[in-house]
Amino acid sequence: MGSEESVMETSRHEALGLSDDQVLEMYRTMLLARKIDERMWLLNRAGKIPFVISCQGQEATQVGAAFALDREKDWLCPYYRDLGMMLVFGQTAKDQMLSAFARAEEPNSAGRQMPGHYGDKRFRVISGSSPVTTQLLHAVGVALAGKMEKKDFVSLTSFGEGSSNQGDFHEGLNFAGVHNLPVIFMCENNKYAISVPIEKQLAGGSVAARGQGYGMPGISVDGNDPLEVYEAVRDAAARARKGEGPTLIEATAYRLVPHSSDDDDRTYREMGEVEEARKKDSLVQFKKYLEDVGILSTESGAELEREIGHIVDEATEYAEQAPYPDPSETYTHVYAE
Amino acid sequence: MATDITMPQLGESVTEGTITKWIKAPGDPIAKYEPLCEVATDKVNAEVPATMSGIMKDHIASEGETVAVGETICRIDEASTEGNEPTSAVQENKATPEVKTSKEGKEENKTSAGTSEADGDRSMKRRYSPAVLQLAEENNIDLEQVDGTGRGGRITRKDIQRVIQSGGMTSPKDLSTAETSVQAPSQAQAPGLELGDKEIPLSSVRKTIAQRMVQSKHEVPHAWMMVQADVSGLVKLRQKLKDDFKQQEGINLTYMPFFVKAVVDSLKEFPKVNAVWGGDKIILKRRINISVAVATEDALYVPVIKDADEKSILGIAKAVHNLAEKTRMGKLTMEDFSDGTFTVNNTGSFGSIASQPIINQPQAAIISMESIVKQPVIKDDMIAIRDLVNLCLSLDHRILDGLVAGRFLARVKERLEAYTPESAI
Amino acid sequence: MPVISYIDAVTQALQEEMQRDEKVFVLGEDVGVRGGVFRATDGLYKEFGAERVIDTPLTESAIAGVAIGASVYGMRPVAEMQFADFIMPAYNQIVSEAAKMRYRSNNTWYCPLVIRAPYGGGVHGALYHSQSVEKLFAGVPGLKIVMPSTPYDVKGLLKSAIRDEDPVLFLEHKRCYRLIKGEVPTEDYTVPIGEAEVKREGDDVTVISYGLTLHFALKAAEELEKEGISVHVLDLRTIIPLDKEAILEATVKTGKVLIVHEDNLTGGFGGEVSALISENAFFELDAPIRRLAGPDVPAMPYSPPLEKEFMLNPEKVKTAIRELAEF
Repeated sequence: MGSEESVMETSRHEALGLSDDQVLEMYRTMLLARKIDERMWLLNRAGKIPFVISCQGQEATQVGAAFALDREKDWLCPYYRDLGMMLVFGQTAKDQMLSAFARAEEPNSAGRQMPGHYGDKRFRVISGSSPVTTQLLHAVGVALAGKMEKKDFVSLTSFGEGSSNQGDFHEGLNFAGVHNLPVIFMCENNKYAISVPIEKQLAGGSVAARGQGYGMPGISVDGNDPLEVYEAVRDAAARARKGEGPTLIEATAYRLVPHSSDDDDRTYREMGEVEEARKKDSLVQFKKYLEDVGILSTESGAELEREIGHIVDEATEYAEQAPYPDPSETYTHVYAE
Repeated sequence: MATDITMPQLGESVTEGTITKWIKAPGDPIAKYEPLCEVATDKVNAEVPATMSGIMKDHIASEGETVAVGETICRIDEASTEGNEPTSAVQENKATPEVKTSKEGKEENKTSAGTSEADGDRSMKRRYSPAVLQLAEENNIDLEQVDGTGRGGRITRKDIQRVIQSGGMTSPKDLSTAETSVQAPSQAQAPGLELGDKEIPLSSVRKTIAQRMVQSKHEVPHAWMMVQADVSGLVKLRQKLKDDFKQQEGINLTYMPFFVKAVVDSLKEFPKVNAVWGGDKIILKRRINISVAVATEDALYVPVIKDADEKSILGIAKAVHNLAEKTRMGKLTMEDFSDGTFTVNNTGSFGSIASQPIINQPQAAIISMESIVKQPVIKDDMIAIRDLVNLCLSLDHRILDGLVAGRFLARVKERLEAYTPESAI
Repeated sequence: MPVISYIDAVTQALQEEMQRDEKVFVLGEDVGVRGGVFRATDGLYKEFGAERVIDTPLTESAIAGVAIGASVYGMRPVAEMQFADFIMPAYNQIVSEAAKMRYRSNNTWYCPLVIRAPYGGGVHGALYHSQSVEKLFAGVPGLKIVMPSTPYDVKGLLKSAIRDEDPVLFLEHKRCYRLIKGEVPTEDYTVPIGEAEVKREGDDVTVISYGLTLHFALKAAEELEKEGISVHVLDLRTIIPLDKEAILEATVKTGKVLIVHEDNLTGGFGGEVSALISENAFFELDAPIRRLAGPDVPAMPYSPPLEKEFMLNPEKVKTAIRELAEF
């Protein structure tokens, strides 16, 4: 991101057709995702919630991608880190905290699933599971249905780079390629599959390069730059809507925290490496960009932090007080009733 | 020698094929793997090659015919020079010895009459299935008395169902010790039937009576004594009262209430006679409940007059009448049978002058009142015609000895003889 | 009523459902132009076109996973696994995804999807074209498993499966495809999922079965009648959800139960039926519950004598019934 660029010239976001308000909203959502995530770690370490799985380091990818979609009609099959994407599509801080506390009111599953297992019919987000990459095929299925029904929505599915080794990745890309389906495969490459780094995960070193084998463009973008991600997803969606088929996008960033609250990343990576990555943290960089283009000031930035802090406090408070599901709920909804 | 060529299986799941064209006609020479005919199936159309060399003898299936996989379509005469290669198309015949064995087993069981050697295995006789146990309990069936038709003499559910259908059997729980049951009539060797004999299956009541009688005779050491009483006064008294009684009470005045009354009053004097056998003890009963024998055409019932000691002659008469009515109507309940402490049997009503009644277990004794007969007797050194009755008592010698029983009987006699035509009842 | 084969019943049900509801479509390997390797989708491509009769790449997991996605969207996909033996790559999608979608989303998302798979042996299919797979799915709540034995039930149950709001694994015995024929009405009808049917009344021994072995039981029953053994035959038709009442009723009928299936003995569904009976009808039993099933070997061998040894047949069923009758 060029901080050296002159504000006098057309800014990058303007060139993408994004207004000042829109990029400020992008930043606000990224910040909200980060703050919710950080709060969850605190709650976990305080013994209040059993589990956290994090979005930290991938907010730019998630928010940039989701902003490029039509939030009224497009479909999502996200994976367990996509907190930023969920906030863009309509879920709230309160929804996240209810999920963390496994409360009855939690919108993904009413307390049945672990946090991060998103699913929300209100926003066309299909419920996901823990075995990775299964959701990818569901996005292909939705795209197939859309094509059969002659609708112009696209489906986007996201997954980690480790998932690009699963059979379902290859079966799904191939299926979508053969049938030319309106689906966007977005790999959020955070450089680690739990403890195993990309060198041990990716033969050939690139997920994007795999697209070629399935007859679709494979595009690499900087996952720390929401505008670059936005542009790639916007273009992919446009292609899909025009009937030009699927796109594979690999957005590379860095997982700033351990895999989950049950993981200790010091056992497999140097903390110096994490410190280096923090310097490129999208929240730092994008904030700088917004200050450089004059959208955010020190004061308004601080005010935004306070506002978000208040939202997170309120959500935490609410969720903690909210009731658990009744034990009888264990037995409901196995089949249609 | 001709070999049968069968319809091959042309593809998975295919079960039949239609012969669309014969390529080889009867008499044509055939080389191995030459096509014989064309066959169409649901999955493929194919030529069927010969599995042997020879001469086409005849077509078994004609063109257009649909033939099941494995059925013969034609026959080929073997080329005499060729070796005898068995072909996969040759039908194999299979035997199932396993099946035969178990069939023999079945027949063995079917002929079970308790004589053949093969039938000796009764090892499963007492291995009852849950279903058999439940049905037996619900229907009061003594499993020892049921013949099993299952393997090893096992009683099957169907065996029990047959017993139930044929009227079942009652086996009161207090009677079911193995030893006595073995003695029960249904278990005894049935005598051979001769021409003209008629078999009457046992009703459940008959079975119960049989069982109880056998048990009583088997378990209880019966002792017996008889006294004679002069009831001339009683006969006159009854003669005097009976018409009014009938008119007032609507029932006949019989001797039975007088007998019962005499017995009851005497029992009060001899509590040991109003007792039951308790296995390792004797139980003297506080209440005096008199079992009265009531006969019907084919069974004997022994309902009970409860607390007979609180009743007058009239009360007893009414109670006897009610029980007799209920018996005839078949309306006796378990309550009517229970808790008897002593039995009075009116054998006199059949004209009997002496009988040896069987004790109604677990009671200590039973008395039978025989026929009242006019007899010449010496009274006050003169010959007189008097009404005499024999009172017969069977006693459980485990509970009673002759002394007490004799004194008791003597008191009954005295009470009956004490009636005069002027007595009030 | 016309007499049609088991496989024709499959085709007719698919055709009629596709005519009735344009959300219904089929997908699988070779189902389109070829009409299926067993010809189960014969004629559908011509009538409904490539868009609704989709030849997929050779990818079982994708066939299931894509069908799940489409069904969640609101379509009514009928996915074909060419052989049940090949369903394993799709196991994760069926078990982790389809079966749990409704539960895990608190009833907001669900998969009205049918997965058809030809199973079973006796067709020289060897280890990987003969397996029975129901035991692998029977313990997975959220999934329904239908295993019909007659053309009538095939058609009626496949229609019910397509109209069902939950994922249905529809297992078709491939030996029955052309072997079993029966009367099937021309007018629209359905057979409810989850209801067993008494296929023969009797009072000596109860046989509980499904699929091909059900026919073995009927044949055995017919022959045993001449020996004076009366056999009661219950066709489960659906194994999940299980018609427990029908099983208990059939048990009470004779007190002697033989469960017959081609799937391996150990872990086979007969164990579940047996446990159900002993838990609920112990006092009705007049003999130990008996299972007759495929042996515990990895799969059905190719060589004919070995295949024959593995397979059940009416004789084996007869022997087992007779033994129970004599018990």
